[in-house]
Amino acid sequence: MTDLNKLTIAEARDLLHKGDVTAVELTESCLSAIEGSNALNAFVHNTPEISREQAKAADARLKSGDAPAMCGIPLGIKDLFCTKGVPSQAGSAILEGFKPEYESTITQQLWDNGAVMLGKLNMDEFAMGSSNETSTYGDVVNPWRRGNDDAPLTPGGSSGGSAAAVAADLCLGATGTDTGGSIRQPAAFTGITGIKPTYGRCSRWGVVAFASSLDQAGPMTKSVRDAAIMLEAMAGHDPLDSTSADLPVPNFEAALTGDIKGKKIGIPKEYRMDGMPEEISKLWEDGTAMLKDAGAEIVDISLPHTKYALPAYYVIAPAEASSNLARYDGVRYGHRATLAAGEGIDDMYEKTRAEGFGHEVQRRVMVGTYVLSAGFYDAYYNRARRVRTLIKRDFEQVFAEGVDAILTPATPSAAFGLGEMADADPVQMYLNDVFTVTVNLAGLPGITVPAGLDKQGLPLGLQLIGRPWEEGDLLNVAYALEQAAGFVSKPSKWW
Amino acid sequence: MSIDKETAARVAHLARIRVKDEALPALAEEFNAILGFIEQLNEVDVEGVEPMTSVTPQRLKRREDVVTDGNQQVKILANAPDAREGFFAVPKVVE
Repeated sequence: MTDLNKLTIAEARDLLHKGDVTAVELTESCLSAIEGSNALNAFVHNTPEISREQAKAADARLKSGDAPAMCGIPLGIKDLFCTKGVPSQAGSAILEGFKPEYESTITQQLWDNGAVMLGKLNMDEFAMGSSNETSTYGDVVNPWRRGNDDAPLTPGGSSGGSAAAVAADLCLGATGTDTGGSIRQPAAFTGITGIKPTYGRCSRWGVVAFASSLDQAGPMTKSVRDAAIMLEAMAGHDPLDSTSADLPVPNFEAALTGDIKGKKIGIPKEYRMDGMPEEISKLWEDGTAMLKDAGAEIVDISLPHTKYALPAYYVIAPAEASSNLARYDGVRYGHRATLAAGEGIDDMYEKTRAEGFGHEVQRRVMVGTYVLSAGFYDAYYNRARRVRTLIKRDFEQVFAEGVDAILTPATPSAAFGLGEMADADPVQMYLNDVFTVTVNLAGLPGITVPAGLDKQGLPLGLQLIGRPWEEGDLLNVAYALEQAAGFVSKPSKWW
Repeated sequence: MSIDKETAARVAHLARIRVKDEALPALAEEFNAILGFIEQLNEVDVEGVEPMTSVTPQRLKRREDVVTDGNQQVKILANAPDAREGFFAVPKVVE
């Protein structure tokens, strides 16, 4: 068989279990795809020795007849996840050379399930960015192009390496993390599926922290079914994360019946933004019609505080980041600046952090420091947390009225060109997350599914938002949407 | 309120990030753009609304107060830029 790297997780699982392919063959196919993908800059630390060893072990396990669904599936891992003995830099120069002595809970669960690690994936520095242009490794390039125009496009961010790697078939699936849209926006920009589960569904232990009350990891995959399979392996209670939920993990794949008759789908009027490109509103209308045709009941809903989600986010996330990133001080790990004679420990902190953090990270840490500083804490931070309560309440009211899921666009546009936003003020870039950030503030599960192409041939995604802890139901609605949309386009290989 | 160069310098110092003098005006301008955006929150009536502390209502788990981990000095020091004699080493702090 050729092009094994192009398989979905579900297809590969079935072939592996039938004995038609081996994990070693599958892994080799991905390793050669990665070798030829330097132009994308998605994989930044390759681990072929680990992959081959894990693949051999997976084959033995498959032979024994007792192998879980993820056994032998080659994955890419976002650089934000700590992986034992393998560089884990969160896309930052400040963690140059850092090799964790421990494994994140999520990646450990994946390896326990027999999955294979191909390497670490590029990302925005500390997951702060929406275009993968803040990484110390350089930009990731989207495998998609505008027709024959060879201008490089962003894959989105912060999980841009994960999105590009899955879209370009360098791996079968990848881990991502999502603080304000960092799984869902890049998934939409690259024509793949990405789910951010309910806050607390996946352990945050060993995942480098950005904004702890918002951060949640999830899978980025080629199909909704794959997302269900991979999420099940990633999810579960972890005593090492005090916010991890002690709830049983259902069989998410079993929820994919495609039957959504009688489901109530809410269409929030506040998401119809002024100046929304026609292609986006058309896609949204088409998606609504597809769910209606599948038997769902469509209802207009209101989430009145939507407008305040981004400003609240840009208080809460930087505040938490300034606190979380205080640990990068040049003492315990990572970069330490060289000191001149007579310079003391404060010089060491200040120089280390100036050299180690990129511009966007510095800016957010300082904004966070400002909003938490004496005299402003109430006016900014506490007010933002109050608004967050109201944003969550909006959703609770809608769900209490019987809405099962909410359909929205995933992003305000298709992928834009790398460098195109360089001169814009930072707020312009933040607007990328306008449809996704509410979901993090409310702790809800959200998924994006590719639903069409724009005039330039670029993928566009739709987002579904579900009730807390009901990822199975949400995945099923997404599955119905995926079936109806029938999105099968792939980027043509130029790299 | 508007952030001036002096405030930007003070915030940079609080965050322990060295910012060159000539970079401060641009930084102050960026802060102002972001804070201007955040100002919108003042339109919201938050009277009587509790600030969110936990997005998913849950009690923190409790466990026995016993030592469950430790004796990992070598591993803990393995990534230090400067470790000596079993300790993290830093520039002299006390005269």
